[in-house]
Amino acid sequence: MRGKQVISKLFVYLLLTVFASMFLVPVAMMLFGSFKPDDQVLAQAGHLGSLLPAEFSWHNYQDVFARVPFLRYLFNSVFISLCIVAGGLLVNSLAAYAFARLQWPGRDWLLLLVVALMIIPLEAIAVPLFYEVTLLGWRDTYWVQIIPFIANAFSIYLFYTFFLSLPRELEEAARIDGAGPWRIFFAIVAPNAKPVFATVAILNFLTQWGALLWPLMVTHSEAVRPLPLGIATFYSLPPLQWGDIFAFGVMMVTPVLLIFVLFQHWFVQSVATTGVKG
Amino acid sequence: MTSAGHQADKRNARLAWLFALPALLGLFCFVLLPFVLSIIISFTNLRLGSPLPLEFMGFSQYQRIFTDQAFLAALRNNSLFALVVVPLQTGLALLLALLINRPLRGMAIFRSLFFMPVVFPLSLVAVVWILVFAPGPQGLLNQLLGTITLGSWQARDFLHDSVWALPAISLTSIWQGVGFQMVILLAALQGIPHELYEAARVDGANRWQQFVCITLPQLRNAIIFVVLVTTILAFRLFDQVQIMTQGGPNNATTTVMYEAVNSAFGSQQVARASAMTVVFFTIVLLITLLQRTVSRHERVIE
Repeated sequence: MRGKQVISKLFVYLLLTVFASMFLVPVAMMLFGSFKPDDQVLAQAGHLGSLLPAEFSWHNYQDVFARVPFLRYLFNSVFISLCIVAGGLLVNSLAAYAFARLQWPGRDWLLLLVVALMIIPLEAIAVPLFYEVTLLGWRDTYWVQIIPFIANAFSIYLFYTFFLSLPRELEEAARIDGAGPWRIFFAIVAPNAKPVFATVAILNFLTQWGALLWPLMVTHSEAVRPLPLGIATFYSLPPLQWGDIFAFGVMMVTPVLLIFVLFQHWFVQSVATTGVKG
Repeated sequence: MTSAGHQADKRNARLAWLFALPALLGLFCFVLLPFVLSIIISFTNLRLGSPLPLEFMGFSQYQRIFTDQAFLAALRNNSLFALVVVPLQTGLALLLALLINRPLRGMAIFRSLFFMPVVFPLSLVAVVWILVFAPGPQGLLNQLLGTITLGSWQARDFLHDSVWALPAISLTSIWQGVGFQMVILLAALQGIPHELYEAARVDGANRWQQFVCITLPQLRNAIIFVVLVTTILAFRLFDQVQIMTQGGPNNATTTVMYEAVNSAFGSQQVARASAMTVVFFTIVLLITLLQRTVSRHERVIE
């Protein structure tokens, strides 16, 4: 019996290691490739033994800064994502609170409408939205990448279900003390709803940080383009230099990976929530 | 007294509207309005910068796209992609979740590792995988397959091969997305009450019987959800195609969204592109309704 257990344990670890290497190899290829001279990246792509660079060089990194405005892309990505996340947290949580706790005419059918809007993906409305912002003269700006994405039906729904699950007693006590809805929301409800704020922030951040379709449609100048578009343009910018592209990739993903490592628990929790709530 | 209460009610209702207004306004302007517009526009001849007057065209945009070889190829590719990716990715996610759920050391590290690509933007993943699929015996995947088959593998240019390009994009997508599904299934696995397994063990059920009779039925809703999300994602496919193949070779990897963006953006044919996104939305809606029916069916049984 014990021997059988050891073998089954070993088998689990073996399988996991095989899968782990599939996840690690492309990442290692990018990381190590970013330190290699360009011709070696492609030449050694197939040799797992020569994944490690013979000598480390920062040359590719210098190249990236010389060839494209990397810091501009980075700033744009951070700025756009942060505005959407922060604006979204405020606007959607307020609306959800109104749906969950306040009495007002039209509430119930508007809630139904919000739930229905959840199934419309950006892709389904991208074309008329593109037309709309063209008419508004918003193309090629920051706000065309921010404003349409602040209000979010799924975020409202996540906040709504969370607020419903909060005990009413706290709010009742504050109401008896004479606090109005604003005070109650900001002083009592919001501080007790940190998990849902974290979930919504992370899910929105992940979507926006990686967004390619919309920025591709509505921007054309480097000044407002975010990182995903940056790497797409960089890839198509001749001469094709894999070392440079990998250096770009490493710099692009490192900040998010750091945040992920620090707040791993929250990331995993947030994604798990989508399964329960969706 | 009642009048004062009425007054307060009215004030509170106004305040509630104020709470909800910014979000409702945003949803109206940037989701509902464009959605309604997309249906209306799809029945016209709207084209950016066109000198022709705007006309109602009935279903002719739809007739055109359904006789357009590229769009039909796109529909076929999306469906094929879904047929391949949904079972593979769900199956792999389930396998990984089951492995990680074992009470062994180091599982947290594996979980983070498998989840890691989820925080990678798809555009970056696509670029990195172009090199994995590099043509010639030097390419990583070609080399690997050569080693596995003891040299009998003929090196291919995966992304420029009409047979291999779509599978290559599928593999890339699974690599990036499987961690997301795994985490959802893992949470569902951990929600299964231990008593069920203990009772089964008392009854003498082996591992496989426990899996089939307890784990799978208990995971049913989570699996249905994961299948739904992955299917919809399959029809949204765009980033990988844009970067890895531009729809080629010979429309072998073009997708509905890729065609729509090209029509709207490349040739300014907003009406045609709108018709395509209406078709896309109809597919999403059908998939969602199907999932709802399947889930509800289960609730009735319970």
